[in-house]
Amino acid sequence: MLETLLIIFLITLFYMSIANRMRNYIKILIYQGVLLFLVAAFHLKEFNVFNLIWILLETIVFKAVAVPYCLERIIRHNNITRETEPYLPHFVSLLITTLVVVLSVLLSGSIEDIILDKFFFVAAVSAIFTGLYLIVSRRKILTHVVGYCVIENGVFILSLAVGNEMPALVNLGVMLDIFASVLILGIFANKVGDVFHDVDIDKLSGLKD
Amino acid sequence: MITAIYLAAAFCIVLGLAFSRSRALSDLLGVLFLAAQTILTVHGLANLHVTELQYFTFDSLGLVLLLALTVISYPSMLHSRIYLRKPMADLHSSAVYNASYVLLISAMTLGYLANHVAVTWIFTEITTLSAAMLIYHHRSKLALEATWKYVFVCAVSICFVFVGILFISLALLHDGCSELFYTDLVAHKESLNLFWMRLGFVFLFAGYTAKLGLFPMFTAGVDAKDKAPAPAGALLASALMNLGFCGICRVYAAVSGTPLGGWARAVMMVTALLTLFVATIYMARIGNVKRMLAYSGIEHMAVVTLGLCFGRAGLMAALLHIVMHTFVKSGLFFHFTQIWRTYGSKMIDDMGDYFKLNPFGALVLLFGFISIAAIPPSGLFFSELLVFKAMLAEGSYLIFGLTAFMLTVLLWAFARSMFRIIFLPASRPVEPVKNSPWESVSQLLLFALAAYIGFNPPAFLMELLREAASMIA
Repeated sequence: MLETLLIIFLITLFYMSIANRMRNYIKILIYQGVLLFLVAAFHLKEFNVFNLIWILLETIVFKAVAVPYCLERIIRHNNITRETEPYLPHFVSLLITTLVVVLSVLLSGSIEDIILDKFFFVAAVSAIFTGLYLIVSRRKILTHVVGYCVIENGVFILSLAVGNEMPALVNLGVMLDIFASVLILGIFANKVGDVFHDVDIDKLSGLKD
Repeated sequence: MITAIYLAAAFCIVLGLAFSRSRALSDLLGVLFLAAQTILTVHGLANLHVTELQYFTFDSLGLVLLLALTVISYPSMLHSRIYLRKPMADLHSSAVYNASYVLLISAMTLGYLANHVAVTWIFTEITTLSAAMLIYHHRSKLALEATWKYVFVCAVSICFVFVGILFISLALLHDGCSELFYTDLVAHKESLNLFWMRLGFVFLFAGYTAKLGLFPMFTAGVDAKDKAPAPAGALLASALMNLGFCGICRVYAAVSGTPLGGWARAVMMVTALLTLFVATIYMARIGNVKRMLAYSGIEHMAVVTLGLCFGRAGLMAALLHIVMHTFVKSGLFFHFTQIWRTYGSKMIDDMGDYFKLNPFGALVLLFGFISIAAIPPSGLFFSELLVFKAMLAEGSYLIFGLTAFMLTVLLWAFARSMFRIIFLPASRPVEPVKNSPWESVSQLLLFALAAYIGFNPPAFLMELLREAASMIA
């Protein structure tokens, strides 16, 4: 079951690399939130009930509802165009994402580990690097935020992998989630949108040497 | 016990400053905070190796950095006060500024003293929040751009550090340890799983470079120091960089002397040299005084990282360098307020004739330049010399040659800009502005302190440095 969920998560990463519309990004983030909710629910067996409920609540409420809702609102509020405006064609993006996944599978091949499930490792590392790729290859600031959310999802999967042994780290991961999302989305994405209107990275080039 | 009181006091003072709408009350709270900061530092020096609140230990590395921070917190509070009154800032933005300033200093303090991998990380996160509020002080378009870049890069870097912590926790779990205290890391260092430790160190190092100002992630920090008010830039360019160093150094201590040690050193060395290269290139074509100071900070942190790579002697020199750099760099940032008042610009092309316009300030600036450029009698000269000695003692002639060459080019570029400001005639007529010589006194004291430490380091400081250096193999 866990393997299936993590493989579906990997597929969402591929879809993300070729998504054409901003709305699709948000839909994928919602799917990922639900997937992570299920992974956490099936995987975290050693947790006490209250802690588990808190973490599950965070994944479903925060990752699958609040963050996508915020992004949606920012798109509507700032009349951001629907296209994702990548620098590179989708085919290349797909190729690079595939390369990322293949490399993380190869890397995981060298691990003989009793604690860490390889599926977790592959899903997490792929998500982190796909997120980074999204950030460097897209023009809109909002896409950068989406890329950051993908990185965060990858980090969350990794923290789940060691979660049964070190529950404190899962809680820290959740804290990072809330802290960074509130800082980035709540304060700045709104402000940046208001001041710079069409939120394009080319507008943010006032500071240079 | 004192740490608990400090934590509570800092929390109350931050809240008080955020809601204070009276300048007198803000001043009083600022003085109270300085008192709390000093008491904590003195208490720490008197109680070496004591652990309080389980997660904070007064160890020698933390104390050295804390001492430097406490010393500059006095002038930085003073210059913040001047900054907010000339011209008078409105009450709301002053309140936000003061509260985030105190939050930043206390988060750095606790970050230095943290003895747990995750606790250092949490306080690093808090510094991002408070620094962001300081950078956004002017609420202009460019300030927003700098804040956005800083927050975004720091958020990514914080994620990286967390991934590093997760991998390190895997390495520890293999050894049957489920705690993440630095002492656990060092205690298990011989038997840690190499694969996880390697991944952990790379991610953690890459993440902390955003704070330390090294190669991959230094850019956001430069923008931040440029757009933040100068007294805040002083903290960002000195004490906050030290926090990044603290995070890296403590984990490196668990790697050095193991089979991974040589590899970790190579990673740090390559990063430091690349950083030095980038700093040299930018320095040669720089037009903005604050960015010039920021790149000079990046250069010094590259030297410090190189010191960390060369054993105990190198680390001791690096720590001495960090302490004196903290004094000198913050002093130069404090002086920037006067330069801005004189020219109304940050661009070097608009400046000149500083000696005529502000004679005492120009003398102090010249002394500051000599100090930061590590020309004797600067204290930084001695620490840089010790870093080079440690390098040569291990026979790394190539690294020495590269470093010395790049530092020479960098110094040429730095001096060209600095001398233009001080001696060459201005490109356009400048109306003389009155600068009180008293405003330069704090900088003079900081530069003199750095020079004094270079010539005659106090015995207790050397003892602390020696002990801190003994944490690596």
